[in-house]
Amino acid sequence: MFEQTGIPSIEMVMEKFPSLDRINKGPVAVVECYKKIPCNPCQTACKFDAINVGEDINNIPEVNTDNCTGCAICLSKCPGLAIMVVDGSKSNDKVLVKIPYEFLPLPEEGKMVKGLDREGNYLTDVKVLKVLNPKSFDRTPVITVEVDRKYMYDFRNIKVEV
Amino acid sequence: MKEAELVIVGAGPAGLCAAISAASSGAKVLIIERNKSLGGQLVKQTHMFFGSEKQYASTRGIDITDILLTELKKYEKNVEILTNSTVVGMYEDGIITVLHKEDKYFKIKPKAVIVCTGAFEKSLAFPNNDLPGIYGAGAVQTLMNVYGVKPGNKVLMVGAGNIGLIVSYQLMQAGVEVVAILDAAPKIGGYLVHASKIRRMGVPILTGYTVKEAIGKDYLEKAVICKLDNKFQQIPGTEQTLDADVMCISVGLTPLNELLSMSGCEMKYIPQLSGTVPVRNEDYETTIENLFVAGDISGVEEASAAMVEGYLAGLCAAAKIGHKAEDFENKKMDYLKQLSELRSGPVGEHILAGIEQIVR
Repeated sequence: MFEQTGIPSIEMVMEKFPSLDRINKGPVAVVECYKKIPCNPCQTACKFDAINVGEDINNIPEVNTDNCTGCAICLSKCPGLAIMVVDGSKSNDKVLVKIPYEFLPLPEEGKMVKGLDREGNYLTDVKVLKVLNPKSFDRTPVITVEVDRKYMYDFRNIKVEV
Repeated sequence: MKEAELVIVGAGPAGLCAAISAASSGAKVLIIERNKSLGGQLVKQTHMFFGSEKQYASTRGIDITDILLTELKKYEKNVEILTNSTVVGMYEDGIITVLHKEDKYFKIKPKAVIVCTGAFEKSLAFPNNDLPGIYGAGAVQTLMNVYGVKPGNKVLMVGAGNIGLIVSYQLMQAGVEVVAILDAAPKIGGYLVHASKIRRMGVPILTGYTVKEAIGKDYLEKAVICKLDNKFQQIPGTEQTLDADVMCISVGLTPLNELLSMSGCEMKYIPQLSGTVPVRNEDYETTIENLFVAGDISGVEEASAAMVEGYLAGLCAAAKIGHKAEDFENKKMDYLKQLSELRSGPVGEHILAGIEQIVR
């Protein structure tokens, strides 16, 4: 179905997530790259040697979760905007999620915005904690939001009401 | 008659890279571009490129032109650029004719030519497809990203290849609603990362659908779409009517090959390369000696491959006319390796199958 709709199944998504133990230790990248394409800037961008594509640039990237610091550089460098960072170390009932977001207006820190799933359906309201848009991110801002843990595997996008 | 050593026709990604490569090898290069500015389609490509670092991956297309022009400037004593100039003829005796600014017509006799004219958009036949509001996806991208003009309010995108997906995303960035993306094929043709990022904005992607007809008095008001069976026949009773004031046709590109046909080099229709392309050797030289090609004209692919082809053709064309680069062998090997990397995965399978039929 994914190849008809562009919506990955929950099984596909869960396979890309690291273990709950790892998520609860601190921020870590989730690379939702499901199909082989010739592309490796995630590997090139990572300063911690945490993403490996390998010799053949068509390989699916693999995350070394021990090396990953959740710095989010790769989020802004992935041309497919396929990467997010999940952090379960801050609270028992919430996770922090960093996503790339290339739309205006940008959300405001401290405000609530609508949290959406991978089909663009409304899930829950989420709180915007940080909006990072440095020059090095080259016009792909990274937004940190606080999401209810029960939506951890479903949340993927936000909608900012104008 | 104007003298020239190496003429490059077209200054898109392939042409600019061919110029850099040839000029850095020591050849005197004359670039002929029909538009007033250089860069071809890069000027409207606001998205980040795929590929690897060598093909400027993760850099936005709009910024790649400047990178290439900065590189070209290093060799400026070897480079002459003619803009607003269209090559209108290529003849058996090797003479090229050029129309400059619609009023000056002149001839050039170069030692070698690299044709990098790219590709043009295919169209789709359905009733009322000439209503205002029905555009090629490239035109919509030009309106938005080059001229800052909003093409309309509600867009139906026809075609879920990379261009259809990318232009849909850019329409949403410009604040335009995309009603749906449809594609006749049973699967999404473009990269699925592009599809996913549009889908999570709430835009449905309908595979196995086509446009049955467009409706509107003075301009597009509605589009009737319907399902297709596995033989691409419309299934009666599956019609749906969508409100849309813009329809974007993005059903693929085909090589812009008229100049080559005129020159008389051997051409072949290769579906995997999206049209009629020249028979060539590994150096991208056609069956006419010293006539080279690079980019979409030799088979429609991503711009990353077009740039590497440009570097390779520029290197080989310069060598052929007496300007062999010092590290020729290493460079050539590197370009061939890059091309093979870009084409080695599943998305490159059909390209390789096509190339096999034209390389001698």
